[in-house]
Amino acid sequence: MTTTAPVPVLAPSGRDEPPPRPEEAPAKISVRGLDFYYGRAQALHAIALDVPERVVMAFIGPSGCGKSTFLRTLNRMNDTIPGARAEGDVLIDGEDIYAPGVDVVELRRKVGMVFQKSNPFPKSIFDNVAYGLRINRLTKSKSELHGRVEQALRDAALWSEVKDRLKSSALGLSGGQQQRLCIARALAVRPEVVLMDEPASALDPIATQKIEELIVELKRQYTIVIVTHNMQQAARVSDRTAFFWLGKLVEVNETEKMFTNPDEKLTEDYITGRFG
Amino acid sequence: MSSRRVVNALMSTLTAACALLGVAVLVLILGYIAWRGVSSLSLQFLIDTPKPVGEGGGIGNAILGTLLLLALASVIGLPLGVAAGVYLAEFGRGWFAGVVRFVSETLTGVPSIVTGVFVYTLVVLPMRQFSALAGGVALGLIMIPVVTRTTEEMLRLVPASLREGALALGAPQWRVTTGVVLPAAAPGIATGAMLAVARVSGETAPLLFTAFGSRFFNVYLDQPVASLTVQIFNYALSPYDEWHAQAWAATLVLMTLILVINVSVRLLTRRKF
Repeated sequence: MTTTAPVPVLAPSGRDEPPPRPEEAPAKISVRGLDFYYGRAQALHAIALDVPERVVMAFIGPSGCGKSTFLRTLNRMNDTIPGARAEGDVLIDGEDIYAPGVDVVELRRKVGMVFQKSNPFPKSIFDNVAYGLRINRLTKSKSELHGRVEQALRDAALWSEVKDRLKSSALGLSGGQQQRLCIARALAVRPEVVLMDEPASALDPIATQKIEELIVELKRQYTIVIVTHNMQQAARVSDRTAFFWLGKLVEVNETEKMFTNPDEKLTEDYITGRFG
Repeated sequence: MSSRRVVNALMSTLTAACALLGVAVLVLILGYIAWRGVSSLSLQFLIDTPKPVGEGGGIGNAILGTLLLLALASVIGLPLGVAAGVYLAEFGRGWFAGVVRFVSETLTGVPSIVTGVFVYTLVVLPMRQFSALAGGVALGLIMIPVVTRTTEEMLRLVPASLREGALALGAPQWRVTTGVVLPAAAPGIATGAMLAVARVSGETAPLLFTAFGSRFFNVYLDQPVASLTVQIFNYALSPYDEWHAQAWAATLVLMTLILVINVSVRLLTRRKF
């Protein structure tokens, strides 16, 4: 295994209270007995998992193991795929998001998402970040809108790079900047949970490092679930790690334990590079 | 040389020859039209109405009529075609979308004179007269399946990741379509629309018994109206050399009009966000 990015400093910033220990924190997301199907093919088997509030949870596992599918059940993005269906309980703040009558639009505002490939809209930088605010009518005045956009861009560590060209096309940004713009876009609507599907897999090491530092920073305000193929990345940014294999959840543990002394033999084999 | 190389050289030459032949035919047609048409062309010809043989006359009313018919056809055909394309690409699932797509593709292949007969019974007979409206409806109907198809294709080119990005921000489906997908596909849809306009601007058959033709300037929708294509048709069938020459000149004008539409499409769609 090779390290693709310099390891960022992970020391607690000390500016805030340290985040609560994972064990003590209430579960923000709680999943029980989740089965998921694409048509007749079963992609997830009896997943049970808790994600505490304000921690970074990483999902690792070989390609096709169901980690992205699982991530997308958490904001019901799979609803758009014909023939896909989920069975079991997915609770966020204790509420079943698959219950009838749940407003998917409301859910997705609360559970934001950043995709593997950055997907800025063919609009200006400003309009990209303002998109979620506008469609959800979250701001009452122009100045409030501008304030929220600036804040989101600052939170995504992009403000200083784009503040002089907010009106120019988002497609003119570099790959790393585009991904941070997508993060800013997701943060602008002030979600409580941010889902990230391999957010740095298409980026160079320097851009990756920026995203990783950002994730560590964001965990003070948000609950973050990140899918990654890069195990060093999981080790660097996450508090807890879940290992998926063939649609099953093999092990969930604190990241440090996971990468030093996992409970399951299968996890150890994967982490040490014996397969996958 | 190995036989593989020989075959390769042979096939390359063959395809190049075919391409050359295609282009040559086009150039010949354009060149011949320009050669035959340019002698009768004058400013007077472009703004005058037709006159009896020997007194000159022009195609001003036919140019105006064609523009009127194209405007009417666009008003009818573009919104319907774009809306149907959006339905097929963004919302259409299951058997109904399949039927719509099949019918639309079949409509593309319907001979335009059939559309003309259809509009004759639908519009001309109830109104008891030929009219610009009937001509516009006929051309509009021809445009619908063409625009539907290009719109659907252009929308399918918009990456799914854009739709997901908008959905993930809590956008309802209709706002994803209007706010993100349609703007992203707009240049392509505009191309399709302009090409559909260019295509129907050359139609003659559906106009023969709808717009009919006229020897006067007309802007009233319930009156018959002249068009370049029908004018060319009438003059070309006449026994007079002078009218034959005028038909060539009108053809040149029509070709120029289509060329202008096509070139402006290219210029319009060169803009990339």
